[in-house]
Amino acid sequence: MLNQYETVFIATPVLSEIQMKEAVQKFKKVISENEGMIVHEENWGLKKLAYPIQKKSTGFYYLIEFRGPGELIEKLEVQYRRDERILRFLTFRMDKFSVEYAEKKRRLRETEKKKEE
Amino acid sequence: MAMNESEIRYLTPPTVEVKKKKYCRFKKNRIRYVDYKDPEFLKKFLNEQGKILPRRLTGTSLKYQRKVSQAVKRARHLALLPYVVDLLK
Repeated sequence: MLNQYETVFIATPVLSEIQMKEAVQKFKKVISENEGMIVHEENWGLKKLAYPIQKKSTGFYYLIEFRGPGELIEKLEVQYRRDERILRFLTFRMDKFSVEYAEKKRRLRETEKKKEE
Repeated sequence: MAMNESEIRYLTPPTVEVKKKKYCRFKKNRIRYVDYKDPEFLKKFLNEQGKILPRRLTGTSLKYQRKVSQAVKRARHLALLPYVVDLLK
């Protein structure tokens, strides 16, 4: 059975929007090339950091939720470490409660969107 | 005797403590998962220095206290919460 994972990374604020998209594309490719399946993604945009990292006080946050084999995680994290654009990353294996929570949150957001329309 | 014996005087008025029963908010609200991506929620479990509050103050059960502390540490890693700070909130 494949596990569901969630990965968040912080990219440097120096990047332009296009460069940021490129970086996201790169990591999505790493996931899909290694038998991963992207379930959900979220762009949190430019956020203020709670403390400076590499002398930077802001960063672009991006979240990807995916299903995949365990070997994929190591490959993905190697790519994160090699990439200078990435300040921080966190990969988290979701248990059934967090999957439930994420789905509920998504559903809530969708109904809110529909209400707005 | 001017003083009435039944009249007891106190130097400090006696405080009748009404103890509020503490409860675990996760069990009460049936929250099964503590989200590390929600710093505003996690701040309820921190003091103003950003330290994690003990169970005896928040009333959280052991099972969820462990989850809270994990979530806080994850949030700190992602710079959503500070490691050390003077005045949080």
